[in-house]
Amino acid sequence: MAIEQNEIEKIAELARIRIAPDQIGQVTGRITEILGMVDQLQAVDTRDIEPLANPLDAVQRLRPDEVTEENHREAFQAIAPAVENGLYLVPRVVE
Amino acid sequence: MQWETVIGLEVHLQLATRSKIFSGSATTFGAEPNTQASAVDLAMPGMLPVLNAEAVRYAVMFGLGIGAQIGRRSVFDRKNYFYPDLPKGYQISQFESPIVGRGSFEIQLEDGSTRSIGITRAHLEEDAGKSLHEDFHGQTGIDLNRAGTPLLEIVSEPDLRNAAEAVAYLKAMHSLVTYLGISDGNMAEGSMRCDINISLRPMGSDTLGTRTEIKNVNSFRFVEKAIRHEFERQADILEDGGRIIQETRLYDADLDETRPMRSKEVANDYRYFPEPDLLPVVIDEDYIESIRAGLPELPTGKRHRFVEQYDLSRYDANVLADSRTLADYFEAVVASCGDAKIAANWVQVELLGQLNKAALDIADSPVSAPALGGLIQRILDNSISGKIAKQVFEAMWQGEGSADEIIEARGLKQLSDSGELETMVDKVIAANAGQVEQYLAADGDRRKKLVGFFVGQVMKLSKGQANPQMVNELLAKKLV
Amino acid sequence: MHDKSVAQLGEGLRDKQFSSLELSHCFLDRIARLDGAYNSFISVDEDAVLAAARAADERLAAGTATALTGIPIAHKDIFCTNGMRTSCGSRMLDNFVPPYDATLITKFNRDGAVILGKTNMDEFAMGSSNESSYYGPVRNPWDTTLVPGGSSGGSAAAVAAMLAPAATGTDTGGSIRQPAAFCGITGIKPTYGRVSRLGMIAFASSLDQAGPMARSAEDCALLLNSMAGHDPLDSTSSELATQDYCSQLGDSLQGLRIGLPREYFGEGLAAGTASCIEAALKELEALGATLVDVSLPHSHLSIPTYYVLAPAEASTNLSRFDGVRYGHRCDNPVDLHDLYTRTREEGFGAEVKRRILVGTYALSAGYYDAYYKKAQQVRRLIKQDFTSCFEQVDVIAGPTTPGPAFALGAKSDDPLAMYLEDVYTLAVNLAGLPGMSVPAGFVADKPVGLQLIGPHFAEARLLNVGHRFQQATDWHTRRPASATGEAV
Repeated sequence: MAIEQNEIEKIAELARIRIAPDQIGQVTGRITEILGMVDQLQAVDTRDIEPLANPLDAVQRLRPDEVTEENHREAFQAIAPAVENGLYLVPRVVE
Repeated sequence: MQWETVIGLEVHLQLATRSKIFSGSATTFGAEPNTQASAVDLAMPGMLPVLNAEAVRYAVMFGLGIGAQIGRRSVFDRKNYFYPDLPKGYQISQFESPIVGRGSFEIQLEDGSTRSIGITRAHLEEDAGKSLHEDFHGQTGIDLNRAGTPLLEIVSEPDLRNAAEAVAYLKAMHSLVTYLGISDGNMAEGSMRCDINISLRPMGSDTLGTRTEIKNVNSFRFVEKAIRHEFERQADILEDGGRIIQETRLYDADLDETRPMRSKEVANDYRYFPEPDLLPVVIDEDYIESIRAGLPELPTGKRHRFVEQYDLSRYDANVLADSRTLADYFEAVVASCGDAKIAANWVQVELLGQLNKAALDIADSPVSAPALGGLIQRILDNSISGKIAKQVFEAMWQGEGSADEIIEARGLKQLSDSGELETMVDKVIAANAGQVEQYLAADGDRRKKLVGFFVGQVMKLSKGQANPQMVNELLAKKLV
Repeated sequence: MHDKSVAQLGEGLRDKQFSSLELSHCFLDRIARLDGAYNSFISVDEDAVLAAARAADERLAAGTATALTGIPIAHKDIFCTNGMRTSCGSRMLDNFVPPYDATLITKFNRDGAVILGKTNMDEFAMGSSNESSYYGPVRNPWDTTLVPGGSSGGSAAAVAAMLAPAATGTDTGGSIRQPAAFCGITGIKPTYGRVSRLGMIAFASSLDQAGPMARSAEDCALLLNSMAGHDPLDSTSSELATQDYCSQLGDSLQGLRIGLPREYFGEGLAAGTASCIEAALKELEALGATLVDVSLPHSHLSIPTYYVLAPAEASTNLSRFDGVRYGHRCDNPVDLHDLYTRTREEGFGAEVKRRILVGTYALSAGYYDAYYKKAQQVRRLIKQDFTSCFEQVDVIAGPTTPGPAFALGAKSDDPLAMYLEDVYTLAVNLAGLPGMSVPAGFVADKPVGLQLIGPHFAEARLLNVGHRFQQATDWHTRRPASATGEAV
C-alpha cells in the first residue's frame, strides 16, 4: 500500500528518529516497497487462528521475591554520557 | 444549571514486595539516587525481565478481596513512549488481559450509609523513575530507584458523584489494601497515587460529558480540593456555553489549581503489543484457592461481625474496623477483659485520644492491648472506679507499669472492707448530727440528695477509695 | 595448529602438546596478519586474551580442564562482555563497554574458554550480507569480492579463514545458517529458548537465538554443550534438561526419514545450488536415510510475516538507545526532543532506521490488527506446517540459501532483494525450531550449505546427521586459498 510522506514523518516522530529533509523521499519509497511486500498477508484467511507470540507456547515462570542485586551505580554511571550527584542528566524536562 | 459530577479514579498502588517486579533490586524508599537501579532497571542492553511471584500473589489477593474475576491467563504488554524516567522506552504493563477483572467494593459515607463502587479492572505494571528539576545547570536529573517498583493500577467505574465520595473510596481502598498487607498505603511516599477522571453533566442526564484527567494527586485532602476546583472550572466553562477539552491536567497543591500538562500534549500512540520477553501468566484454581484460604478478614466483613458479635453501634464498628491493627487491638482488649462495650469505649475515647495527641500509630502505643484489658478488669471487679481508672491509664501511658502495679503503688484500690467502711460511716454520722436530723425528717427526693452528702463525706474520708455502692448500702442501714 | 578442530585442540591442550598461550598467540598472529583482508573482527584485546590463556594453562596443569578449557573462541559483538567494548556493529554502541557478561559468556568463562575477540556483524544483527556494520563490510574468505553473509558474517569469515577455531553467532532469521553456508562452515541455530538470551543485545525477542559456528558438526556440539541450558534470568529460556550433544554424533542414520519440502526446491533456487543439495541428499540416502516428499504450504508467507514481526519487536527493543544512560549521545542537544531524535538519527544506520520505522508503523494505532496480529496468526500457520511434517519425518532437509554468496554491493541498495536471501531460513525462527547448515559442495568455487531442520529440542539429532554426513564427505575440510599458506 502507498504510504504518504507525512505518515512517515509521523512514524519517525513516534520513533524519535530525525530524518534529514533530503532523505525523506527515499525513505518513504523504501518503506512503501516493504509494506507492499508485507501486504501479501492480507490475503490469508486467519479466521479462528490464535496469534502465536512465543514459538514454544510456554508460560511464565515466577521469581521468588528476593533482593539479589547490589549497588553498582559507579560502574553503570562510568559509561553514562552525563551524570551529576548520582543522577543521569538530560535537557530540562517540562511537565 | 444543576450539574452532576461523574468521577472515576485510577489508583496506582505500590505493592509491598521486597524486590522489584522484574528485577532483584530492593524497593526501599528514600535510598541514594540510582543505588537501587540494577542493569535490568537501567535497561542496559541485553537485560531481560523476570516476574516477581509475590507481585502476582498480591494482585490476586486484591482481586479476591473485591470479589473480582481473576485472569486465568494474563498477558504483559509493552506501552511504548519516550520519557527520560522510562529507561526502556516502554513500560511493561497489561492491556488486553489484566490479572484482575471486574469487581466491586463497599464505601462508607459520612452519614453512615454505604455504597457499592464498581472496579473495572486492576493490572500489574512497573513504576517509572523520578525526574528532579532542581538546579542542574538548567538540566533535569533522573533517579531510577523507583523504576520497576511493582504497581497495581486499580481502575474504578465512573460511579463516584462528588469529592466526599471520592475520598471515601480512597479511604476504603486504603483500608482494604493495608488489611490485605499488599501495600503500606503510604501516600506521602507515593505508595498510593491517584489519577482523577472527572466530567460534568446536567443533573438527570445519563450521557457522559467530556472528561479531563488530573494526574498524580497524592493525598486525601488534595483529591478533595482538586475535584472541587476542577468542578468549578468545568462548571464555569459550561455555564458560559464553552466546551471542555479532553486533556491531562496537573493539580498544583501550592496554587490550589489544575493546569494542563505540557509534556503530554503530543497525542501519544502507545503501540501496545504483547511483551515478547515475558510469557503469559497462567493461574490455576488451586493457586487461587490457596490464596483465598489465607486471606484475612476484610474491613466490610469485620464491621458486620463487630455489630453482631459485640453488639456495637455501626459507628463504633466503623471506627474500630478502620484499620486492621486497630481492630486487632480492640479484639485483644476484649479477649483480656471480657466486656466489648467498655473495651470499645476505652479504645475509642482514652486510647485513640492519647494516640492522636501524641501523633502515634496504634502499633506504637505505649499501652498494650492486654495491659488495657487488665485495667478494664479492675473496673469490672470494682477494684477501682472509672474515675480512678483514668488516672491509672495516664500513669500506664507514662510507663509506670501495669494497672495492678500502679493501683498497688499508689494505693488506689477501692475500699471494700465492710468493717472499715462501717467505722467511717459511723464517724460521718456522728460528726453531722444536724444533717442526720434533716435526713430523717425529709422524704423522697430530698432524702436522695442528702444521701449524696453523706456518701461524699465518706469518700472524702477514704480519699476517694471507698466503694460507693457499699457506702450507700451501709448508709441506708444506719440512717434509720 | 590453526587448522585443527576444537576437539583436536582440546586433546592437544590436555596432552600438553601445546599450551593455551601458544594457541592464543597463533590465532592472534593470524588475525594480525590476515584480518585486514576480511575485517572479521571489531575488537581484539590481546592482553585479555593472553591473561585468559594463562589462567586456562593453570587449569590445564591442575587437571581441572573441561573440553573447552584454553580454546580461543570468537564472539559475535552482540554478546555483552564485561570490560570489553560491545558495539553490536553500531555507532550507537561504539563507546559501550558493559560492566557485565552475557550468560553465554559466563558459561564459556566457567569452562575456561578464551575470549579471542569480538566479531563484526550487521548493525544490530539486521542484515544478510554484513554490509550494514558501522565498522565496514566483512569479506568472504573464499573470494574477498563476495559478501560473507549476515548478520553473523564476522564469525563465519573468521572461522572459515581459520582466524578462530570456532565462534558464536545469533540467528533471528538465518543469521547463523546463511553466513555459515556462504563461508563453507557449520552452524546451528538451536531451538528458541535453548540458549539464554540474557546479555545478548536484542533484535527481535521472540525470534533471537544464539548458537555455535565452527568447521564441523562435532565442534558445534562441543560448543553447544557449554552454551545450552536454562537461565533463570531469561523468562523465555527453556527449563527442559539439556543433553550431551556429542553423545549421539556417531549414531547410524539407518531408517532416518528426511522430509524434502517441495516449496524449498522450486522457483528461485539457483541450479548449481540445487544440484549440490541433490547430491548431498543422495549421500544421506546412501547412509541409510529415507527421503520423503513433504509440503510446507505457508512457507511463501514467511518473508512478509517475518518482516512485520521482527521490525515490530525491534522497533521497541531499540527504544532504550536514547542517549541518556549509555552509548552515543548527540552533541549539545537543545532540548529533550533534540537529544532523542538527533542521537538516534546519528547512532543508527539506514537499515536499522528503516526497520524501526516499519515496526513502528505496524504497531501504530489502526494498523496493529492488520499487520502485527495478522502476522502472529500466520506465524501459527507456519508453525503448524512444521508440526504436521514432523509427524511424518524425523528431519527436514533443503538448501540453506537460494544461491551462493553474492558480490559486495550487489543487493545493498535493494532491501527487498536482500530479504529474499532468507527465504528458506526465516520459517525456522518463526516456528522456534532448531536449524543447521552444513557445507555441501561448491558452485564455481563458492560454498553451498545444506540446511537441516528438526523438531523442537532435536539439536542432537541434527548434529548426528551433520556429523555422519561430514564423515562421508570432505566439503567441510576444504579451506579458502586466501587463508592457507603464506602467499595470500
